[in-house]
Amino acid sequence: MIDFASTFTIAMRSLKINKMRSMLTSLGIIIGVSAVIIMMAIGEGSKQRIAKEIESTGSNIITVMSGSSSSGGIRGGAGTKPTITLKDSDAIQKQCPSVLVSVGVLRDTKQVVFSNQNWSTTIYGVEPEYLAVQKYEVADGRNFNQDDEKNATKVAIIGETVSENLFGDMDPLNKTIRVGGVPFKVVGLLKSKGENGMGMDQDDVVFVPLTTGQRNLMGTEFPGTVRQIVVQAKDSESLIKAQQEIKNLLRERHNIGKNKDDDFTVRSFTQMLETIKNQKEAMSTLLMFVALVSLLIGGIGIMNIMLVSVTERTREIGIRMAIGAKGSDICIQFLIEAVTLSMVGGLVGVFTGIIGAEITGFLWSDNVTIIISLSPILASFLFAGIVGVVFGFYPAWKASKLNPIDALRYE
Amino acid sequence: MSLIEIKNLVKTYQTGDTSFNALDGVSLTVEKGEFVCIMGTSGSGKSTFMNMLGCLDKPTQGTYFLDGVDVSRLNADELAEIRNLKLGFVFQGFNLISRTSALENVELPMIYKGIPKEERIEKARAALKIVGLEQRESHHPNQMSGGQQQRVAIARAIVNDAPIILADEPTGNLDTKTSIEVMEFFVKLNEESGKTIVLVTHEPDIAEYSKRVVRFKDGRIISDEVRA
Repeated sequence: MIDFASTFTIAMRSLKINKMRSMLTSLGIIIGVSAVIIMMAIGEGSKQRIAKEIESTGSNIITVMSGSSSSGGIRGGAGTKPTITLKDSDAIQKQCPSVLVSVGVLRDTKQVVFSNQNWSTTIYGVEPEYLAVQKYEVADGRNFNQDDEKNATKVAIIGETVSENLFGDMDPLNKTIRVGGVPFKVVGLLKSKGENGMGMDQDDVVFVPLTTGQRNLMGTEFPGTVRQIVVQAKDSESLIKAQQEIKNLLRERHNIGKNKDDDFTVRSFTQMLETIKNQKEAMSTLLMFVALVSLLIGGIGIMNIMLVSVTERTREIGIRMAIGAKGSDICIQFLIEAVTLSMVGGLVGVFTGIIGAEITGFLWSDNVTIIISLSPILASFLFAGIVGVVFGFYPAWKASKLNPIDALRYE
Repeated sequence: MSLIEIKNLVKTYQTGDTSFNALDGVSLTVEKGEFVCIMGTSGSGKSTFMNMLGCLDKPTQGTYFLDGVDVSRLNADELAEIRNLKLGFVFQGFNLISRTSALENVELPMIYKGIPKEERIEKARAALKIVGLEQRESHHPNQMSGGQQQRVAIARAIVNDAPIILADEPTGNLDTKTSIEVMEFFVKLNEESGKTIVLVTHEPDIAEYSKRVVRFKDGRIISDEVRA
């Protein structure tokens, strides 16, 4: 057996002779490795994005909505029939052992006006605890207090988007805005939360005390009803139990018979996010699999070209054998050629993969978060090398088994 | 013991039910420093004999002692080593590796011998100088004439200091003038370096350069003349 450096030299010489072909063969691996890296970066990014999302929306949140109205066979969506009340919320708080906090919420879309600026946004009538439950923080000014709640004072806390659109660079605190024609004093500015998992701007909001909302803005013909109840369960383990407790309690309170449908909907946003997370994980696993398949196809490309190369260079193999190359020398030479093709392809693929991932993140920065970590890069590079060995072995073995006389005579 | 001692060599090729003896009991002894020419028509068995002599093929029967070793009993790897160390090949079609420089072609046998790079290059240059091609070490085979290519092949055959050079119709693809040049090299290698040369040809002019002519016919040696 001859030393590795010399065999490597021979293999490199052979690859250099067929530069174009070597490059094209590597292309399969380059694409495969790039695909793996991009897919991993997107997968990792979306995983972290969801994790952050769950973190930012507040943990263990359950939403209770009114049932749907039905009029002449036309059914409205969830929350169109006001069936849940503030009293339901209080009952949930008191009677469901798995529930930490329960708050009633009113919601409507209204035009908000300041000076000569106006903006359409979502108005929430909320109890003071709501902000903490939904992980909203007051950046400037104050939160609602019990007096606001009791006296139904006309105060508002606004999100950053609303502030920018109405006030521009001005300080919104203590200014008076008109919400649906009713004057409100801005007492607080929310810290920005950005978009939620569905791409909704969580800063495009105005909060007013629940009682004020009921009396002045969003009063209905059903007094005491709320649009939804937001519940925070004690912990993630009690999330499902809490939902069951709420269902049972509300069915009892609303006198719903055994075979009748609920007149309300209980949903967990946290659970929805978990579902989305699982879906995204399944998706990235699938994409990852496709990327790996393309890497394998790259390997088949290497095998293909190596087989062609062995046939084409039969005479060369014969010459080498005649002047003293052993079968193992020939085998190693062709194996090194195959592995070099795959490793160089892998290396280039790592670079194009990183660049590709960055470009993907840049072009779809709204929907895609890119996280490039070291382990998938090393793993795909290593995998490329293994592909080279596995798919290069058969052609190399075939070359080493050639009979020198036949090989020398080959035209 | 002689350098080459061949006794009753038989090579049988099996084609379906019929078998054919390409070599039918060949015995030949070659001493160190001889210049032997092997002649015969095509199908006479001379090429098969050269393959045996070159350790490229194994005989069906008989023994072949090369420098005291019975090479007919060796395995493929051991034969490769014998070819590398004891034999130098010169072929009719030159058999240089294409798109590879003259220097790299001459280096090749030393790579398989395991000689370090610096020494390889030094020796390859020396061998190219012997054949008068020191100016052309970076030329590829397709940039050289037939005669030059054959001289590179000769440099490759002598670079590992193999005691035996086997030449299979080395002038078959060359014109008369170049043939003479190449043959003069073989004579020089034989006389000055003491190489043992076995050369196959069907041209009587070429056979004139050797001291001993062995004729083949139908797988047997029909004559073995030593010239004065």
